[in-house]
Amino acid sequence: MIMQPGVIALLLGSGITLVLLVYASFLGVKIWSNWDIGSNSETQLALERKTYLVSTLVKYGLFFEIVSVFLFIYTADDIHNLLVGAMCATGSLNANAFGFPALYVKIAVLFLAAAWIVLDTLDSRAEDYPLTRKKYKLLLFIVPLVVAGYVLQIKYFSGINPDVITSCCGVLFSEGGSGVGSSLASLPLHGTEIVFFSLFVAVSAAGLLAIKTGRRFFMIALACLSASFFFVSIAAIISFISLYFYQNPTHHCPFDMLQGGYYYAGYPMYASLFTGSFFGTMTGVIQPLRKVATLSALVPGTQRRWALISVTAFTIFVVIILIPIVLTPFTLEGY
Amino acid sequence: MSLNSHLNVLDFTLLSLLRRKFKNFGIILVFTFIVFITGSILFLSYSFKREALLILKGSPELIVQRMSAGRHELIPADISKEILKIPGVSGVEPRYWGYYYDPLVKANYTILASSETLPANNHLLQGRLPGPEDKGVAAVGRGVAKARFLDIGSSISLLSSGGDAMDFDVVGVFETESELLTADLIVLGQPDVVRLFRMPAGMATDLAVSVTNETEAPVIAGKIRYIFPDTRPILRKEIVRTYDAVFGWRSGLILTLFAGALVAFIILAWDKATGLSAEEKKEIGILKAIGWETSDIIEMKFWEGLVISLSSFLLGIILAYIHVYFFGASVFAPALKGWSVIYPDFRLAPFIDPYQIAMLMALTVIPYIASTIIPSWKAAITDPDEVVRG
Repeated sequence: MIMQPGVIALLLGSGITLVLLVYASFLGVKIWSNWDIGSNSETQLALERKTYLVSTLVKYGLFFEIVSVFLFIYTADDIHNLLVGAMCATGSLNANAFGFPALYVKIAVLFLAAAWIVLDTLDSRAEDYPLTRKKYKLLLFIVPLVVAGYVLQIKYFSGINPDVITSCCGVLFSEGGSGVGSSLASLPLHGTEIVFFSLFVAVSAAGLLAIKTGRRFFMIALACLSASFFFVSIAAIISFISLYFYQNPTHHCPFDMLQGGYYYAGYPMYASLFTGSFFGTMTGVIQPLRKVATLSALVPGTQRRWALISVTAFTIFVVIILIPIVLTPFTLEGY
Repeated sequence: MSLNSHLNVLDFTLLSLLRRKFKNFGIILVFTFIVFITGSILFLSYSFKREALLILKGSPELIVQRMSAGRHELIPADISKEILKIPGVSGVEPRYWGYYYDPLVKANYTILASSETLPANNHLLQGRLPGPEDKGVAAVGRGVAKARFLDIGSSISLLSSGGDAMDFDVVGVFETESELLTADLIVLGQPDVVRLFRMPAGMATDLAVSVTNETEAPVIAGKIRYIFPDTRPILRKEIVRTYDAVFGWRSGLILTLFAGALVAFIILAWDKATGLSAEEKKEIGILKAIGWETSDIIEMKFWEGLVISLSSFLLGIILAYIHVYFFGASVFAPALKGWSVIYPDFRLAPFIDPYQIAMLMALTVIPYIASTIIPSWKAAITDPDEVVRG
C-alpha cells in the first residue's frame, strides 16, 4: 500500500461520493416502494420532499466523481516514478490487474450519474413526475458500480509496492529486470484514421438530420453512432491522435496530454468528446419517453437541443485533434 | 431556469452572507486554516520532490558501494579498472567522502575530496576549489562558514581520526544559491581526506560510474554485481524513486496525523449548517411564502457553500504559497526536510500544478460541501406557515 497524499485524497473524496450515493439510493428505495403521486397523504408529501434531497445528493456525487476521475489519472501518473518500467499513467495503471478496470468503472459511473441527472431534470419539468420509479431503479444500478469502483481502487493502490532501494542491493536484480508494460496495443494507423473520420461524418450527418426533421429514425441512428464514435475515438486517440500531440511516432499514452507540457489540450478534448457522446446517446435513450403523456410535448424539443449540443461538441473535438495534425510539422505519412 | 434567475439567486445569497458577516467569518477562518495547512504540506513536499529530481539529474548514473556484513564499507579503488572494461561504461571515478562530527557546533559536516570533475571555476563558489592534490586548503559551505565564523582567508581546524588537529586555509565559500547542496559541505584535497579519515591506502568511499546510454545502466549494474558479488550498485533512477517515495510517505503521514483536525472541521461545518438561527428560518419561510421553490432554496444554499468554500480555498492557497515559497515553510519544513543540525536556508522554486489543486479540493472542499448537503435540504423544506407563525 502506498501512502501518497494523492491516494489519501482520492480515498477520502471517492469515499464521500460513495456515502452520498449509497444514502441516495437508500432513500431511493424508500421512495420507489411507497411512491403514489395520486395520494395526498403525509407520507407522500414527505417522499416528494425527499426527492429533492436525492437529486441534490446525486448531483454533488457526480461533481465529486468528476474530480475523482481526474485525481485518479493524476495519481496514477504521479506514481509512475515509483515503479520500474512505468513511464506515464498507462504504465502505472498496468502495474496490476485492477488499475484499468477501476478507471473504466469510474467513467461508467460518470456517464450513468449524468444520465440520471438529465432524466431527473426532465422528470421535474413534467407535472406528475412520470419517471420517478424508473429513475430510482436506475439509481440502484449505479450504486453497485460506485462500490465496485471504490473496491477496485483500494485493491489497485494496495497492490502497488514502490520499487525503492533495498538493503541488499538495487531492487532491479531481484526482479530480473522485468518491469510493467508501459504501452498500449494500438490499432493500425491508416485504417483507424479512415474509420474515425468517416464515422465523424456519419454522426454529424445523423445529428444534423435529427435536428432538422426530429424523426425517430435519425434520433436512434444518432444515439448508436455517438456511442460507437466514443469507443472509436478512444481507439483513435491511442492509435494516431496521441502521436500527433506528442509528435513522437511511438508514444501512445492517452493521459499525458492532460499535462501542462502539452498545453492541457487533453481537457477540452476529452470534455468535448464526453459531452458529445453523452448527449448524442441520450437523444436515443429518451426516445421511448415520447409515449409518456406528460412528457410527449417536452421530449422532441429536448432531443433536438441535445442533438445540437452533441454535434457541436463532436465538431469541437475534431477541430482540437486537427490542430496538431494540420499545424505541426510532424507527419505519419510513409509509415 | 434562465441564467438571469441563477444570477439573481447568487446576488441574493451574497447579500444575505454579507448581512451575517460574523457567523460566516468563523467558518471561513477555520476553513482557510485547514486549506492553508493541507496546502502547505502538499506544496512543500512536491517542491522538495522536484528539487531532488533536478539535483539528481547531475549525479552519476550508477554508484557502486561495497557491502560488508550488511554495512557500507570502503571499496578498493583499483576495481574501477575492471569496471571500466565493461562495454557501455564511459568512466569510473573513485570518490572520497565522509561525515565529520564537529563537537564545537554539535553538527555533522559532509567532507568531500575535490576531483577532476568538479569544475574549479564555479559560479556557485566565491574564491576557488582546492585542487585534487592540494594540501591544507578547503572550500566550505555557507552553513559551515556561518557556524564557525569563517570567510576566505581564515582557517578551520578539524580533528583527524588519528587524534591530531589538521588546519586548513579557507580558499572558497559556496554561494547561497547552492545552499541546499552545500550548506554542510567542506571540500578538501584528496590526500587530506584520506588522512583526516585515516582511510587505508588504495581504498575509496564508493565509485561513481558514468554510463553513456542510461537505458543500459541496469544491465551494467547486473554485470558489476556478477563480477564483484560484495558490491551494491545503485542506479540514479532508484535514488529518484526512493526520494519520491520518501517524500510521499512523509507528507502522507503528516496528512494522516492531520485527519483529526479535518474531522473536527467537518463537524463544525455540519453544526454551523444545521443550527439555523430563528432569523434565518424566518427568512427562508418568507422566501417560500413569496414563491421561492424548494429547489431555489437548495440552489441558494449551494451558492452559499460555494462562495464560502471558494473564498476560503483561494485565501488558504495564497497563504500556503506565501508560507512555503517566501518563508521557507517554517512550520512544516523540519518534519519534511529531515533532522539535520545545519539547515540549509533556501527558497524553493514555486511549483503548483492542477494535480495539487485537485488533491486539495478532495481533501477540503469536498468534505465541507458534503457535510452541508443534508442541513441545507432540511432548511429548504421548511414549511413557510410554520416558521412565519413562529
